[in-house]
Amino acid sequence: MALESNSRYVAEYPALAPELPGQNLPWLQQLRKVGLSKFSATGFPTPREEEWRYTNVSAIEKKLFAPVLDFVSIQPDLQAIDPSWLKEHQLEESWSVVLVNGHFSAELSVLDDLPDGVKVVSMAAALMALPDWLQPYLGQAVQPGEHGFVAFNSAWFTDGVFIHVPTKQVLAKPIQILNIATQADVLATTRNVVVVDCSTETTLIETFVAATDDAYLSTSVTEVFAGENATLTHYKLQAESDKAFHFGGTYVKQAQYARFTHHNFAFGGLLARCDIHTDLGQASECDLNGLYLGVKRQHLDNHTRINHLKPHAISREMYKGVLDDRARGVFQGRVIVAEDAQKTDSQMNNRNLLLSNDAEADTKPQLEIYADDVKCGHGVTVGQLDEKSIFYLQSRCIDEETARNMLTFAFANEMVDKIKIKSLHDKVLEQVLFRFPQEGVEKEWL
Amino acid sequence: MLKIENLHVSVGDKPILKGINLEIKAGEIHAIMGPNGSGKSTLSHVLSGKSGYEITQGSVTYQAKDLTEMAPEIRAREGIFLAFQYPVEIPGVSNIYLLKAALNAIRKHHGQPEVDAMDFLTLVKHKVKLLEMDEKFLYRAVNEGFSGGEKKRNEILQMAILEPKLCILDETDSGLDIDALKVVADGVNSLRSPDRSFVMITHYQRLLDYIKPDFVHVLAHGQIVKSGGPELALELEEKGYSWVEGNQPGVAA
Ligand SMILES: Nc1ncnc2c1ncn2[C@@H]1O[C@H](COP(=O)(O)OP(=O)(O)O)[C@@H](O)[C@H]1O
Ligand SMILES: [Mg+2]
Repeated sequence: MALESNSRYVAEYPALAPELPGQNLPWLQQLRKVGLSKFSATGFPTPREEEWRYTNVSAIEKKLFAPVLDFVSIQPDLQAIDPSWLKEHQLEESWSVVLVNGHFSAELSVLDDLPDGVKVVSMAAALMALPDWLQPYLGQAVQPGEHGFVAFNSAWFTDGVFIHVPTKQVLAKPIQILNIATQADVLATTRNVVVVDCSTETTLIETFVAATDDAYLSTSVTEVFAGENATLTHYKLQAESDKAFHFGGTYVKQAQYARFTHHNFAFGGLLARCDIHTDLGQASECDLNGLYLGVKRQHLDNHTRINHLKPHAISREMYKGVLDDRARGVFQGRVIVAEDAQKTDSQMNNRNLLLSNDAEADTKPQLEIYADDVKCGHGVTVGQLDEKSIFYLQSRCIDEETARNMLTFAFANEMVDKIKIKSLHDKVLEQVLFRFPQEGVEKEWL
Repeated sequence: MLKIENLHVSVGDKPILKGINLEIKAGEIHAIMGPNGSGKSTLSHVLSGKSGYEITQGSVTYQAKDLTEMAPEIRAREGIFLAFQYPVEIPGVSNIYLLKAALNAIRKHHGQPEVDAMDFLTLVKHKVKLLEMDEKFLYRAVNEGFSGGEKKRNEILQMAILEPKLCILDETDSGLDIDALKVVADGVNSLRSPDRSFVMITHYQRLLDYIKPDFVHVLAHGQIVKSGGPELALELEEKGYSWVEGNQPGVAA
């Protein structure tokens, strides 16, 4: 029963395959084939897999989602997008690539005046025009065998974005990948490849939003290759519909001295899972930040893996969760320090705030250290609002409910405040206040 | 202004305050001294409405109202201010935000409009200067990463801005060096007025050199065992607490 929709996807794949991009590329066909056979064998992941032990995706398997096959068929979807709604989500002062139900829309994208040599191209177009650029990267930062979602994504992806920033290029504006779902029951499957060469500076923003309140399945895999001394700041704002299912994976390879900063805002979806995995080269740095806000029956799972492969790398991680109603938050953070990775400096933190007795947080930091000269630490907390703090605020004339809201907001806002781009900061803040409207009473928080 | 009669307070099954009687009139300064663990902070918490304490006997009347019936924030809006012995750090809430929210809550409580933004800033900056603080503190999170002395100063800053009627200072002097103590004392003295009263809880008489009390009470084992004028503080300093602890009625030391 549970496997029914999985087997339907597999059964329908042969008919679908000719419509997917990259048919003429044997190496890509091979990748898709490996993905398909892994997915046929195992389906989506189950809690029996160690890295999925807190997340049961059987609700996804009970539904059947349908891919949107070609660009022509999304025309009605594009028409349905209200320009003022789009404007709310499309960042000003950025290059913006818009993907609607898993397909690139040139009309909605804004890609004028890209500096010479910088490529921001839809995945489908890049597979036609620039396959040799993609071959060394696609499927290299994450294997289809990683788990069922990556396998599925590898076989089924319909489009995505290829970004290449050549050596020493410092981008003046961020690049936004705006993923929009517009239909019920749609399957949006996208694959992105981001290559930032030596000594570049890039800011990438991935946004997931919906113009529908219904259920759909969005899976997006982004492979990132950061060259020597490259700096990449990557924001992800996941604000899918309340009923949506979301899987998003970011898999990074950092060359020596590369710096990767990630900010993961997991707000939407009924069931959402996010993977952030990075392989650290010598003396490279990563800084992973996360904020998950769960209300009602949301299930928000965040999985990070930091592979210290070489000496002298630094990793920092801070994930915070706020969980209300019957929501459940999951944080699994793995730090693996290879034998060769001496002088590793790693610190991982996860803090969870439970606002109701029915909310739940599962937190599992894992340190696996095979080198002997390292500095690694981790700390996790799961708790409620501090009664001493509430009383302190009450003694300063603030009523209890406002005090609770203030403290909750302050807890979450620490992560929002790390956003360096004003317009994005304001949008994320809006999302926080939207999800915890009682805290919106006082807008002037700072 | 405040009348405490035969106040008995327990935490769980443990009696902590055992029959306190104290009357404070407008404009008076009362010092409460006593050894560690005698119940000084408990008294300050009960007056400001902290939960977890059970009043088993007695009454507390503030401005002719039963104080024990009021929520902590109502007490605060009605003019009771506690400068905490251990001020709490509130990450993510800035000092200036809290000050404004508190001031507006008081104004609303009294049917007044919200404070004008410019007037507020002028007021706050004036008080910051008075307490010889750096304006940067205003924009930092409440007490977060402040040194012990900075926290105490910040409490007095809040007090100076909120202009309460009854100021309870719980060991504000501990952790302050002599210069900071003078600044804080000047801040308190500048707030003295015929309709404002102070309860200065302290362990040492040092603070009372700078803020002269009208009355001194000695608290030991949850009871006021001795009351007197300012000279009592000096006598206490000289003879030590064992002198008064021995006075405790009915219980062997
Ligand atoms: N929440 C509590 N639970 C149990 N005992 C407490 C609690 N608060 C205070 N006490 C006890 O009450 C007594 C008085 O404490 P406190 O009022 O803090 O004294 P002081 O401020 O004079 O040093 C001490 O014995 C202390 O251990
Ligand atoms: Mg005390």
